[in-house]
Amino acid sequence: MAKRETSAKESGTRNNATTELVMSEAPSELLRELVAHLRQNRTQLREEWVGRISETRLLTAMTKEEIFAEATSVYDSYVEALETETFEALQAYARNLSERIIPRGVETHEVVGIVLLLRDVLARSLFAKYQADFKKLNRILDAYEPAANRIANTVAVGFVQERERVIRQQQEAIRELSTPVLQVRERLLILPIIGVIDPQRARQLTEQLLRGIRTNRAKVVVIDITGVAAMDVTVANHLVQTVEASRLLGATVIVTGLSPEIAQTLVTIGVDLGKMNTVGDLQGGIEQAERLLGYKVMAVAEPRQ
Amino acid sequence: MEVPILKQGEFLIAMFQAALSDADLENLRRGLLQQVVKFRSRGVIVDVTAMDVMDSFASRTLREIAHMIRLRGAETVIVGIQPEVAFAMVQLGLTLEGVSTALDLEEGLAYLIEKSKMTD
Amino acid sequence: MPLGEIRVAIHSDQDIVSARQEGRALATKLGFSGVDSTFIATAISELARNILAYAQKGEIVLRVIHGSGREGIVVVASDAGPGIRDIPQALRDGFSTSGSLGLGLPGVRRLMDEFEIKSQPGRGTTVSVKKWKR
Repeated sequence: MAKRETSAKESGTRNNATTELVMSEAPSELLRELVAHLRQNRTQLREEWVGRISETRLLTAMTKEEIFAEATSVYDSYVEALETETFEALQAYARNLSERIIPRGVETHEVVGIVLLLRDVLARSLFAKYQADFKKLNRILDAYEPAANRIANTVAVGFVQERERVIRQQQEAIRELSTPVLQVRERLLILPIIGVIDPQRARQLTEQLLRGIRTNRAKVVVIDITGVAAMDVTVANHLVQTVEASRLLGATVIVTGLSPEIAQTLVTIGVDLGKMNTVGDLQGGIEQAERLLGYKVMAVAEPRQ
Repeated sequence: MEVPILKQGEFLIAMFQAALSDADLENLRRGLLQQVVKFRSRGVIVDVTAMDVMDSFASRTLREIAHMIRLRGAETVIVGIQPEVAFAMVQLGLTLEGVSTALDLEEGLAYLIEKSKMTD
Repeated sequence: MPLGEIRVAIHSDQDIVSARQEGRALATKLGFSGVDSTFIATAISELARNILAYAQKGEIVLRVIHGSGREGIVVVASDAGPGIRDIPQALRDGFSTSGSLGLGLPGVRRLMDEFEIKSQPGRGTTVSVKKWKR
């Protein structure tokens, strides 16, 4: 009782009891009040939000029902994040949501757009509720804004990261498609390597070749590097590793298309070229492989006159 | 851990299991040599299909097995190294240099038969 | 739900097997590819082996980590052993096919995506390696 009177004197004005209480409220209490308001008005705020989404023509790849279903989940996650002030659940939900909508063709600007729209719709409802009390409105916004911004950030970043993951996967798939391991004869595989080899691609090549050796029961592999753009020490090492790993699977490797420059690189890293099976060109390599496998290469006889 | 050693004519086949400890590998090395002597085998196939990891110790043990068996005048061939295991091994620089390798049991037998024909 | 951490005490050669089996199990659970799971298990095996060989005992800790929207595994191998006097020397990557000489640290580094080592003579060694899911 006495306390309230003192603070009234200090402020110099006769404020009503409600205002006094607000002054000494902790921000989390404000947040609680805010969350209660958002929960109470869930149905109409959500409807308003979905309306704004179709007005601005976002999420056109999804049906009305889908948008409504997702909007409900997003709204509830949003309010929960505000309430608990923790963002792990929201992060997980954002990743999950992204996983579902990215294949539908939803883009980053749409996701960022709808989250910002929700932020606006909720902010407006706060303006409407507390318009009579400017000081309280300010305090409520002080509590709301940082949390709302963090939420928008979390969802947007979660979406972008998921997109990046999908792109990485697609790149891996493309790399795999662009390097066929060819079975030319029984027990003989050919791996023509063309273009630039980065560490990712090199690793993938080795994996594919080793699996191919096992699947095809290859005894000889011809790796043709004529088309390799540039061979630095790292790539040369990958090549040596591939040859060694193939041997562990019982396959002999013949390397063809070795230019003098590449031969030099290999020698520089300590490869004993005498131990590595090298032949000038692919044709020669295949013939050598066939000999190793016990095929006889015969000239076609002249037809008798 | 018991590792089955089978006799196939003049050859022995040892099927290494997964999860072999260093002590297991040591026992195997000794046991295998004893069997080679006992049966006067001309060759040994070590099948490591079940080994999901091959580290430096396993690699060294295999090389030692091959070396000791060669001293008895017999041939060793390692078969069944999984593609992923082979890849990991070469990253560690474990190449089993000097030890014969083949894809699987069938190839390993063919190799030993070929090899013993040559030395007949 | 975060998975917490997995600790394996390294006292005997049997523990090397346990540590790498835990590693493979965790990698598989997280959805790492077969090759990556094998790389992780192999790296753990070598690190555990080093602990046993040079410090007689130590610990391997496995943890799930997050970064840039990706999941990964960190393996921390620590011991209170004699420590490494010349770290650069131990990490010298000769790409030689020498096999099982020395600590095999260059090999472990090649198997994993990130590699960190802290060691002081008399104070022990901690090697920390990470692999990220592709």
